Amino acid sequence: MARMKFLCDSDRCIECNACVTACKNEHEVPWGINRRRVVTINDGKPGERSVSMACMHCTDAPCASVCPVSCFYTTADAVVLHSKDLCIGCGYCFYACPFGAPQYPKTGNFGSRGKMDKCTYCAGGPEDDGSQAELDHYGRNRLAEGKLPLCAEMCSTKALLAGDGDIIASIYKERVAKRGYGSGAWGWTIAYKETVAV
Amino acid sequence: MSATGVSFGRKLLFALGFVLFAHVSVVAQTAPAPINPTAQSVKEAQVLEALKSGATVSGRISIPDERAANLMQPGRDWRAFNQETLPRIGGFAVLGMLAGLTLFYLLRGRIRIEAGPSLDRITRFTSIDRFAHWLSATSFMMLALTGANVTFGKTLLLPVMGPEAFSEWAHYAKVTHNYVGFAFMLGVALVFLVWVKDNIPDATDLRWFLAGGGLVGKGHPPAKRFNGGQKIVFWVVVLGGAMMSLSGWHLIFPVGHSITDMQWHATIHGAVAFIMLAIMLAHAYIGSVGMEGAFDAMSSGEVDLNWAKEHHSLWVKEEMARKGQSRISSGAAQPAE
Repeated sequence: MARMKFLCDSDRCIECNACVTACKNEHEVPWGINRRRVVTINDGKPGERSVSMACMHCTDAPCASVCPVSCFYTTADAVVLHSKDLCIGCGYCFYACPFGAPQYPKTGNFGSRGKMDKCTYCAGGPEDDGSQAELDHYGRNRLAEGKLPLCAEMCSTKALLAGDGDIIASIYKERVAKRGYGSGAWGWTIAYKETVAV
Repeated sequence: MSATGVSFGRKLLFALGFVLFAHVSVVAQTAPAPINPTAQSVKEAQVLEALKSGATVSGRISIPDERAANLMQPGRDWRAFNQETLPRIGGFAVLGMLAGLTLFYLLRGRIRIEAGPSLDRITRFTSIDRFAHWLSATSFMMLALTGANVTFGKTLLLPVMGPEAFSEWAHYAKVTHNYVGFAFMLGVALVFLVWVKDNIPDATDLRWFLAGGGLVGKGHPPAKRFNGGQKIVFWVVVLGGAMMSLSGWHLIFPVGHSITDMQWHATIHGAVAFIMLAIMLAHAYIGSVGMEGAFDAMSSGEVDLNWAKEHHSLWVKEEMARKGQSRISSGAAQPAE
């Protein structure tokens, strides 16, 4: 089985936000929730750098570890998913996540959180693949259709890569070798406890 | 003429050769070095270095959610605390205290009224006192159960209840915890207001502790309205309750706090909760099964006079002097004199 990962080649990212828009549209993500976002560090300064970030589907995921109801599970493709039927919206996964991936719709009084929502790697949820219930709760299941996450598929500069970790790492290495520079595989050290040598 | 001609030709050749050589050397220097258009940009390694200090790495974002501007944030330390340290603190504090209390009960038994129960009673706690106590106590018990569920529920209850039933319970536990917290805050505030004047530590407490507090050894050291042990319980409730309220407030209203703030408040909330729970178990023990006559103080508010004389000798003297016999009611009909 593949070990699915994301890799953002930030030397290519032009902050067009197409990945963000594609994700929102594909999964009909509600207003106020962003499963993917583009963060620009040192905006307007010489060191400016844009990185597209979402759930990295960590090896030994911190969210799953701290969840008090154990609603997370890892698929055979190493995608970290969760059950909204079991989630109680406590916010612990957000405290633990290194990438700020978990999002909560505001429901009810005060700051009370609804059930957590995050990037599913376009792999849906625990419901039957391609079912209406799965679509309503988690969005489209492209992985079950043999397709990769739409954010990476849409990326105009192919900065965002999705797919088997070994394959996307070799693509990135080849790029770095050819052009002679690279800023590293963002988040890999934390998420996968490994990095792509550049 | 010819000499100059030769010399000119040589000079020209030399000059040409020099220009050619110079050109070649320039090409040799620049050609293999490619241009790195992002050479000055931040590298991932720099971000990881910044994260080590516990800082959050954030930038600009074009979506309205400002918190999403954090690219990477610390979280590993909190995870380790929440998954390893906190269950250890909780298990050690609660089980250790229960074991200690059991041992104490086996060794010391129930602390009896030495003079035996009298039929006279003295008012110890008014209805306001008792309301403050039970508001704090009942809300604390509910908060302790629903809160401990977050730390121990998935280990102890989830395998027994199954995921669906456990999630349902955990959901209602969360909602209960969020709302009952406000009752607890009110209870602690009342406890502080009604009893702070009698809980300022003084020399009597020192003597009380040195004499073993009536727990160790024979006899009862003199005590005012609250003895040294009760004063500790009072300040644990007030200060611990304040820490729980403050951290809980931050967790329930997460707006405008950084992720490190939230982790810090969650850490304080969990650690203080279990330590407080352990101390409250001891308080509940000595106020009920552990001591004859103690529970009356918080049920009817009227305690046995012999109990009061033994445990709060100075207070009884004070009360009798101040109010005469008015606050001492007799359980039996007074014989005619």
